[in-house]
This record gives sequence, structure tokens and C-alpha cells, in this order.
Amino acid sequence: MSTIAAISTAQGEGGIGVIRISGENSAEIADKIFKSVSGKKLSEIEGYRALFGNIYKEGEVIDEAVALNFKAPHSFTGENVVELSCHGGVFITREVLSAVIDAGAVLAEPGEFTKRAYLNGKMDLTEAEAVMDLISAKSKSAARAAMYVKEGTLFKKSRAVKESLLTTAAHLSAWADYPEEDIPEVTDNSVLQSVKNSIDVLSKLLSTYNIGQAVKEGIDTVIVGRPNAGKSTLMNILSGVERSIVTSIEGTTRDVIEDTVVVGNVILRLSDTAGIRQTDNEIEKIGVEKTLKKIESASLVIALFDGSKPLTDEDISLIDKIKNVPSIAVINKTDLESNINTEYIIKNIENTVFISAKNEDNIDELRNIIEKLAGTENFDPSAGIIANERQKNAVKKAVDSLKEAESALKFGFTMDAVTVLISEAIDYLLELTGEKAGEEIVDRVFHNFCVGK
Amino acid sequence: MSYNAGKFDVAVIGAGHAGTEAALASARLGCNTIIFTINNDAVGNCPCNPSIGGTAKGHLVREIDALGGEMGKTADECFLQMRMLNRGKGPAVHSLRAQIDRRKYADTMKHKIELQENLILRQAEITKLEKSNNGEWLLTTRMDALFTAKAVIIATGTYLGGRIYVGETSYESGPDGIFPAKFLGESLKNLGLSLRRFKTGTPARVLKSSIDFTELEVQNGDEPPVPFSYDTDNLGENKVVCHISWTNPKTKQIIQDNIHRSPLYAGKIDGIGPRYCPSIEDKIVRFANKERHQLFIEPCGLDTEEMYLQGMSSSLPEEVQTEFYKSIKGLENVVIMRPAYAIEYDCVDPIQMDSTLEFRDCPGLYGAGQFNGSSGYEEAAAQGLVAGINAALKIQGKEPFILDRASSYIGTLIDDLVTKGVSDPYRMMTSRSEYRLVLRQDNADVRLTPLGRELGLISDNRWEKYTEKQELKKQEYKRIKNTVFSPTDELNKILVSRETSEVNTGVRMLDLLKRPQINYECLTSIDTNRPNIDSNIFEQVEIEIKYEGYIQKQLEQVEKMRRLEKKKLPNDVDYSTVTGLRLEAQEKLNKVRPQNIGQASRISGVSPADISVLLIWLSR
Repeated sequence: MSTIAAISTAQGEGGIGVIRISGENSAEIADKIFKSVSGKKLSEIEGYRALFGNIYKEGEVIDEAVALNFKAPHSFTGENVVELSCHGGVFITREVLSAVIDAGAVLAEPGEFTKRAYLNGKMDLTEAEAVMDLISAKSKSAARAAMYVKEGTLFKKSRAVKESLLTTAAHLSAWADYPEEDIPEVTDNSVLQSVKNSIDVLSKLLSTYNIGQAVKEGIDTVIVGRPNAGKSTLMNILSGVERSIVTSIEGTTRDVIEDTVVVGNVILRLSDTAGIRQTDNEIEKIGVEKTLKKIESASLVIALFDGSKPLTDEDISLIDKIKNVPSIAVINKTDLESNINTEYIIKNIENTVFISAKNEDNIDELRNIIEKLAGTENFDPSAGIIANERQKNAVKKAVDSLKEAESALKFGFTMDAVTVLISEAIDYLLELTGEKAGEEIVDRVFHNFCVGK
Repeated sequence: MSYNAGKFDVAVIGAGHAGTEAALASARLGCNTIIFTINNDAVGNCPCNPSIGGTAKGHLVREIDALGGEMGKTADECFLQMRMLNRGKGPAVHSLRAQIDRRKYADTMKHKIELQENLILRQAEITKLEKSNNGEWLLTTRMDALFTAKAVIIATGTYLGGRIYVGETSYESGPDGIFPAKFLGESLKNLGLSLRRFKTGTPARVLKSSIDFTELEVQNGDEPPVPFSYDTDNLGENKVVCHISWTNPKTKQIIQDNIHRSPLYAGKIDGIGPRYCPSIEDKIVRFANKERHQLFIEPCGLDTEEMYLQGMSSSLPEEVQTEFYKSIKGLENVVIMRPAYAIEYDCVDPIQMDSTLEFRDCPGLYGAGQFNGSSGYEEAAAQGLVAGINAALKIQGKEPFILDRASSYIGTLIDDLVTKGVSDPYRMMTSRSEYRLVLRQDNADVRLTPLGRELGLISDNRWEKYTEKQELKKQEYKRIKNTVFSPTDELNKILVSRETSEVNTGVRMLDLLKRPQINYECLTSIDTNRPNIDSNIFEQVEIEIKYEGYIQKQLEQVEKMRRLEKKKLPNDVDYSTVTGLRLEAQEKLNKVRPQNIGQASRISGVSPADISVLLIWLSR
């Protein structure tokens, strides 16, 4: 059996998030991303022991954690189990899970831990009945999720890709299965085109995963501005005074602070950043680059300007950077004398608001604008987004198969290999929409082509 | 007056492609076997095209041969022309097809049956099939002879309740003017089998001397021709050519003007016809904007002037057939010798069977071929072989012989039939196999001959040849791994001519063969130490090297599938009592009664969540 992993605490707020890994290689997989302070390895220590250390993803520390080691059969599932207790909050637990998956674990199916626990004799018959209920309930909710997907844009988009791939696959099949019929020749180019188009559409779809997460777990929002423009103060106001009620992680290698805050009906995942300015200092350069990257990846940018001072070149270059992304220009310090010419800001950024962070003046206006922006299409959950890990995995596997098909075509491999890879991609797309792979290609052959003796 | 005519282990009803393979396999496995046919001259008859093999069907023939069946050898003995289809489209879809001498094929097969130890060929129509109180099968003939058997294999083809349609004319008949089996259907219904009507059709046979070949495109065979059977050493030369012609707007007009006279379009035929083998009127109606359709003119044998018009099957009235055939180039003065016709027949929904082709609710009763809802000689023979083997094994108290989807096209065919059922006659296609890079026609022996040997269908001689070949293959693989070519001008000239990059250091032959553009043939001049062995060995080695990554990927999928196949489901479950299954899944599972989790997962209407429920239920 494969080694599986999932977040096993309720998602959302909460002090601690637990990522459970179960299966033969649990400890080995955890060792790849967890380095204990003592230098001990999970795979080398006994069961019922804990280690404290850091979790790494792509070479960077993403969190501190306590790792609990359980050895088969003395665990919840009866298999080798590692539980990583990290700082709670959806963002960080998800990052840790994703690191565990990258290290070789498979994402657990709904109810799979319980199922394994039962299969390994860790539960009795009465409990087993409960498992049945649980699993059928899970599948019902999965069915509801599939229904939602079916009605939504995601379904339409993936269906369009599936249709186009089916047409190509049927053509390839007819061409191979009826070599002596009058079937139009399949050219490498036409197949390559179809494969490439599909990769494009699916890759775009894949990138919406982040938007989907944003809707569920907060809009990725970045606050930018010159040092001392009032970013930290604004962040504190939006977060509420007591910052301890929200998750806060201070990165050890980057100057980005994250907070999850609720503004009206909208959840924002706020990042405060290093100020943007020209610098020769290597370390500061890295900070600025990070900020610029963050602007590119953010769903919403709140740009803060010091109203008591004239616009600087840095301010202007910031405006140029953010004018094409959803952004709000906040002109701060209305409690001081205005020395700013706002013409360039208003010309380039649609939403502008004047506040005094210090006096908390006009903060409601800012909240309104945030809510308004969050309600626009940019954050519309029905706009064809990938909403969960399962959907993401299905699309990703489809893209992987298609990329393999693309390289097979480029290397000059024969069409039989290409056809198998395209069929595989179709199966993954059928999985995405909850349909079952079956006779689609064969049916299509007879529908589209006049073949037979 | 009924009389006792004899006791047998296995009785086979029908001696077409399914029946003959079934009877030969059963007899060869040591069972005392009898095979019934309505007409001894119809044994191994080819009532449709005079050819064996073709895409995916060629795979089936190779597999039948690898298991010790007879179709491949007989086709080789009677071949007129061999063609390997789909060269250039990749090894997975290479398919061998033989034009055969159809009378010679039938005679050869009949003679093999006659010579086979433990096997009796008997001309008789079976009119009644019942189970006696002691569990034996009782077969009654039209002449009231009573035969007893421990197992019965039904392979009635298009004979069971057969009815021919040509225009407004319709009458009860089997193919080629032979009696239909009129009474057996009633017995089968009494046994609880549900029957359905399917239909198929065949084009006209016409007189060779009435065709003007001068302007028709010629289709030659391969040089040298390749045999089906691993036993055939020397096939000899191709003996005939085929020709290609096309329909035209006039043909289309004639058919459209007379479409109301087609029994299908006039609503006279209820049977469901095959999608893959439509009549010419079907093609014209369904693909109305297609201006022309292709036809192949194929000789039926060396000692006959009858020619087969592949692509032109029809059930229009004779005079309309004559008129539209004559509108085709080359056929302007054509003389029809046998008109085209449609034939409707009784068959079963194969969902009532297990993967052994035994009816679940009638132990000891097996079905094969068109009776099971398939179509095609090769599909029939494949099922006949499996049914014959299993009937014998059961009588001998041995484990059943089940081929899974990853082992063969035969396994895929049977799994599709018994798991998904059929809504129209089932034809094998390469697109039906998800493991087609593994299930190639070139490696059928590697996949199946060891299984055939274990069963006892592979002779010592054949086995020796097989093991020797595997040894040579191993050596050849080693040789090309150790063969290093220097970066000579000669090598680079070859590489450039194949449009692939040059080398500037020494390169292993193995690495060169990984390139899609490079094959054994283009390296002949520099590969001076090449041994003189069967070219099939080079073929297999090259494919396995070139497609290694893809094959490996498929093998992993195979592993995954086989793990699920190993989780057996009991036969006597009432799935409506399994908590957690959705209603649709309960109904489907109760109907198909899958033998394992893998098979269950392929049933339409059974979701992955249902499979989880089954897995839990199973381990309780």
C-alpha cells in the first residue's frame, strides 16, 4: 500500500494544524522535509517518540513543527505513522502537506485513514458501520461537489478540452483501426496542435487553483509602499489590535509577514513587504525582488502613499507596476498637511482612498472598496476555478500526460505511443468531472467516421 | 423414437470458427468431444469476407496461435496474400491480414477435426437441450438421437433463428443457403437464458471475368509475406492481388432512390446491426455528405471465379443491387453470382456469463462467438478456444483458465463482453485495449505460449523452439548492449540520412536504437557481427528498447490493475444487502456479478466510492 498523507485537523483557524502521514515509508518521507534540531531522524527513533525541528519546502524553512513517530501496529491506522504538528492556519498546513506530497506521499482519499485503520483491525464491527456511513456520506458530498463542477465554468472548460482531445483520439483510432478505409491522414502537426492547445487551456485552469484557494481561504493581498508610509499601522488596523487572534508567521529568510483578516464578508491573506526602492545593498535587493514577485502573484495589491510628502520616483515606478492588477491606492496621513500631487495616482489606479491610519479615519471607506473589489469577477468562485486538491491533481496529471505526448511527437515517436498518452489525459479529465472512462473513443470513431466492410 | 446415441465429456453445437477451436481444444486436453454441425460441408466456413486477421483481429489470431489454437496455422496453409497493416503507425497497431482461399480453409479445418484424437464430427441439428436429473446435459437431434454430455458449448453463429432479408424478400435460413437452427432457441429460453436479435450482412459475390480490372488500383501483398503462426517456417509466395474501386454520385443516387425498399429502413428488421460494418445504404444515409465510398475486390479462392466486394454489403432488392453495383467503375458489366443479404439471428447478452464463458446460472453450459454477441471470425475463434479449454478444465476438476485484460486482446475481448455487455455486435479494435503498447502482435508468444504450455496445448517441439528463441533474444540484447560503433563518417552518414543528430564519440548500438529514427535495417552495413536469426527477434528487441519508457509506464498500470483483480468477490452475494452501495451500483453488480474488484470497477454505474465500500465490505 502507498504511503498517504492529509491534513487531519479541521481546516481554518486553530492553534495547531496536524498533517498525518501513514504507510510503510512514513518516517522516510517525513525525514525528507523535516530536520530535527537534535539531528535525529524519524526513521531511526523508536515509536511513541517526538522530535522538534523545522519543515523545509524547496530548500526553505516554512515552519517549525513537532513530529510524532508511531510504529506499526501501534498507531491509529495500524501502519507506520508520522504526525507533524505545525502552526495552524490553512495556508501553512497546506504548504506543509504539499511538501509532504512532493516528498513522495500520496494524497489520502476521503476516509482513507479510517479505512486503513479498519482494514488493519484497529476498529471493531460497530465502528465499522460508522465507517460505512462516513464513506457513503463522503461520496455524497463528493457527488454534490461534482454537481457544482458540472454546472460551473470549470466543467465547461475542461469539457471543451476533453471534446477536442476525444476528436483527436477518435481520429487516431479510426486511422489505426481502419487503415484501408478512406480516413483522412492524421498529421503530426494537427495532433501536436491539439495537444498544445489542450496544454495551454489546462495550464491556465491549473493556475486558477490559487484563486480557488483564495476564495476559500483568503484573497492573497499584499500591502506595498515606501518605508514609513504606514504599512504596519494599516495592517494592524485591518487585523484588529490584538494580532494574536490571527495566524502570524514571521519568515526567517524573507521579509514578509502574513496575516489572515476578515473584512466584511471577505477573507484577506495580508502580506506586509519590504519597501520598494533602488538599492545597492545585496540583502535589501533580495527583499525588493521578493516584494516585486509578491506583487505579481498577489490577487490584490494595496499601495500605500505618504500624503504628507511628494511622490518619489519609487512611488511612480510602483504605480506603473500595479496599474494592471487589481489594486487600491491608499493615500495615508490625511492628519498631516497634504504635500502630494495625486494626479498620477488617480489617472492610473481606479480605486483611490484617503485615510489616516493613525486616527483610523475613513477606514470604513477602504473596507468598502476591498469588499467591492472582492465581489468583482476577479474573485468570482463560479468563474471556472479549480476548487480542491483532487481537481488540481486530475488536471495536473492530464497536463503531464499531454506534455509527454508532446515530447513523443517532437522526438518522432510513432502515433501508437502518442495515442496511449492522449487517451490517458482523457481519462484524467473524465475523472475530474466525475464521469467514468469507458467507450468514449470507440463510440466517437463510429459517430465521426464511415468505416467498415 | 428417441435413441441413445452416445455419451461425451464435451458437446459443441456449431462448427464455425468458434466451434472448431472449442472442440479441438477440448479434445486436445483429453476430453471425449463431439462437435455438431447442420452441414458437414459448412465446417470452418467463411460466409463473409475471404480473409483472416486485420487490425486487432490479427492480434487475436497471433494470440490464438500462441496458446495452441488452430486458426493461425490454417490461415497460413490457405493464404493467398499477406499484408502487415499499419506499418509506420507504430508496433502496437501493426496487424497482419491474410486473404485466404475460403473453400480450402473450410476443408483444411474440417480435415483437422476429422483427424483429431478424442473428437467426433457429427452432422445433426440439435433441437433440444436439457439438463437431466443427475446434472448431465441431454442433446436431442432432429433425427431424435439423444446424446449425453458433461459440458455443452453453444457456438451457433448466425444459424440460431436465422432469417435472411433481401429487399421485400425474407425467409428463415442460415448463411450460404444452409438450414437455420430453428428449435434450439426454445430450449435455451427454457433454461433461463434471455435471447436477443442481432443482424449482420454480406456483400455480393460476382464473376471475375465480368469485371474490368484495367483501370482499377492494384493492391499487392507484402514481400516477403509474414506468417501468423509461430509454427510456420516457410509461407511461400503471395498468390493473388486485390483491387480497389470507388462508388460515385450515381451509386449514391440509385441507393437513395430505393432506400425505402431496404428492409432495415422499411422497419422489417428488428435486429441490431454492427456499427463497424454498416451496409452501403447505411453509410450513404449516415454519412450523406460523403461523395464516394471505397470498395475492395477480393478473390474467394484459387479454384473459383467468385469475387468478394468488400465494403458493399447490402440488403436492398436484387435488382437494385445489380443496378448500383453496375454504376461502379470496373463493375459496369458485372454478373452477380450470390446476391448481398442481411441476416438476423438470436444471441445472448454475454453479461450472463463469467470470464470462463460459462453461464453463471447454468453450470456446464458455455457460449462462444456470434452467439455471445460478438462479430468476426477471429473474435469467435478466440472465445471458442477459451470456452473449450474451460469446459475441459472444469470436467477434469482443474482451476479455470482466465485471461485478464493485460495479458491479451483475447482477455480484453472477453472482459468487455462479460463486464460491459454489448449493445451491437462487438468487433475487436486496438483502441479497446488500454495496454496496447504491451499487447503487441509481435510478442503474443512471450505473453501466452508459457500459458498454453502449462495447459498442455503446446507441443514439445514448439516449446523447444520457443525457449530457444527467448535465449537468442537475451543474447541479442546483450550483443547490442556491448556493440559500440565508432563515430565514423559512415555512421554519421546513416544518422544524417535518417534525420537524426550525428555523434562524435563512440556510441552503443542499444543507444542508437532508442532513437525513433533508427532501426536495425539502416544499421545493417555497419553492424557486421549481426547473427543470422529469426527477424522477429530483432523486431522484439528493437521495440522493447525504443519504447521502453512507455512500456514501463503501461506495465505499472498493469500492476495496479492486477492488484485489484486479485481481490476476489464471492459468487453468492446479494449486493442489495451491502450497506453504503448506491442503488444503481447494487443493481449493476447483481446483474454482472463481477468475479473481482477490478472487474467491478469497470462496470458502468459503479463509482469509485462504491468500490471503496466493496473493499471494506470484502475485508470484513
